[in-house]
Amino acid sequence: MSTPTKAGTANRPEAIKAVPVRHPGRWVAVAVIALLVAMFVHSVLTNPNWEWSFQWQNAFRGPVLHGVWTTIWLTIAAMAMGVVLGIVLSVMRLSPNPVLSGAAWFYIWVFRGTPVLVQLVIWAQLGSLYRNISVGVPFGPEWFTFETRNLIPNVAAALLGLGLNEAAYMSEIVRAGILSVDEGQTEAASALSLSRMQTLRRIILPQAMRVVVPPTGNETISMLKTTSLVAYVPYYELFFQTSAIGSRTFQVFPMLVTASIWYLAMTSVLMVGQYYIERYYARGSVRTLPPTPLQRLRMRLTRAELR
Amino acid sequence: MVKAEQVHKWFGRVEVLKGIDLEVAPREVMCIIGPSGSGKSTFLRCINHLERVDAGRLSVDGQLVGYRERGEKLYEMPDKDVAKQRREIGMVFQRFNLFPHMTAIENIVEAPIRARGESKAVARDRAQKLLDRVGLGDRGNAYPTQLSGGQQQRVAIARALAMQPKLMLFDEPTSALDPELVGEVLDVMRQLALEGMTMIVVTHEMGFAREVGDSLVFMDDGVVVEAGAPKDVLANPQHRRTQTFLSKVL
Repeated sequence: MSTPTKAGTANRPEAIKAVPVRHPGRWVAVAVIALLVAMFVHSVLTNPNWEWSFQWQNAFRGPVLHGVWTTIWLTIAAMAMGVVLGIVLSVMRLSPNPVLSGAAWFYIWVFRGTPVLVQLVIWAQLGSLYRNISVGVPFGPEWFTFETRNLIPNVAAALLGLGLNEAAYMSEIVRAGILSVDEGQTEAASALSLSRMQTLRRIILPQAMRVVVPPTGNETISMLKTTSLVAYVPYYELFFQTSAIGSRTFQVFPMLVTASIWYLAMTSVLMVGQYYIERYYARGSVRTLPPTPLQRLRMRLTRAELR
Repeated sequence: MVKAEQVHKWFGRVEVLKGIDLEVAPREVMCIIGPSGSGKSTFLRCINHLERVDAGRLSVDGQLVGYRERGEKLYEMPDKDVAKQRREIGMVFQRFNLFPHMTAIENIVEAPIRARGESKAVARDRAQKLLDRVGLGDRGNAYPTQLSGGQQQRVAIARALAMQPKLMLFDEPTSALDPELVGEVLDVMRQLALEGMTMIVVTHEMGFAREVGDSLVFMDDGVVVEAGAPKDVLANPQHRRTQTFLSKVL
């Protein structure tokens, strides 16, 4: 008797060659979209007001590059501040201590409930509320005195405004992540006599990350764009610099396009980074990690060769 | 080892434990059976203070669980002292509750290193021995999702044993397993019983209760209906409720 697999290959019927289902709707969609794209390309190429050569000359000038760099580090610093403070706030919010959870609730209420642009300007203008900040005993002697103008320079206002606002959003994201972890995990950790802090740091947060990372990537991309509001503090980030060139040369629109292309390029890089971070935290929750786009491409190429 | 006197527990207005009196001697294996919702898991969870006792007294090794007694007054224990009490009590859950982001061996060494301050080398050494003991010596680097249910539960038992407890609590350890995997977990528990571990096992495995158990408790509706030697209770139940329950499960 032959083995079943061998018998199977010998008698296998020919592969079916059926006529695939036609999709006329797709062809209509292709026609409409092709027309729209052609119109746009035509305008881009023929309308001189896009000023492509002017954009090219200015896109990599010193102040613009400096603005790009400022946008990048502001994004990183504000997100770092948001994540760290957000974790603290979410833990406070979930604490059985009513004072801590109340304080966290109040913070979130204030910082999520007011526009970030207003917050940024408030930080910048804080000097008009308190001219001096003193450390000392209330109604008693003062030990140190700072002038607020020196204490909160515009860069600090930008960072505080973005970071403190972000913390309110991040705390809700982290809270959702913590709540997504099965209660059995906390019970197992307690039964093993791990402390509350150890349970949080070693058991809960690493598992919460899987839920926390995708919206955090979203927040980071959002933050990169929100840094443009810092132009009103004012501080010299990308949008401030491109606008400055635009208004100085009366080429406002082309410089807006330049800024948009820069923002798009940076957010694209972030999207790729996010994919790999998500993949890292999927460890242990899936048996085999899905292939990366590069691996998938390579697989498709080798398979094509086989045919 | 464990002594319960008139233990009561409320969840809001619902009284789930209505005065439990029990005593477990050192090296004893006690099995608790009963219909779901009878309070048997809740009672087990009171023993390591995952649930607080609302009335009555529950002590392990002569020490009140979760409270400290000074004169006539009871003081709630701070988390730190509760954790210290729990070091002596291992627990195995129905749903295993392994930490999914850690390998089997990392699951086992976590508590000895963090809670007892053992060195990594010592903890790893003992973890490997425990894995050998539960028959998983070669799966130390596997993540829980890469293990079958029975293997996960055996890792969970090894994890509890790594704290070198005096008492082991099992909360329906085989209820979430495919039938053909139940045996491997029960074998590990039987071995543990032979080595003289004090065990309280909430279970539906009547065969295990009869063979391994020293005593059997039937609980229903928050009270102990009947208790005694497993053979007697299973073969010759005295109460109507025990009889109806056993006629359904045997």
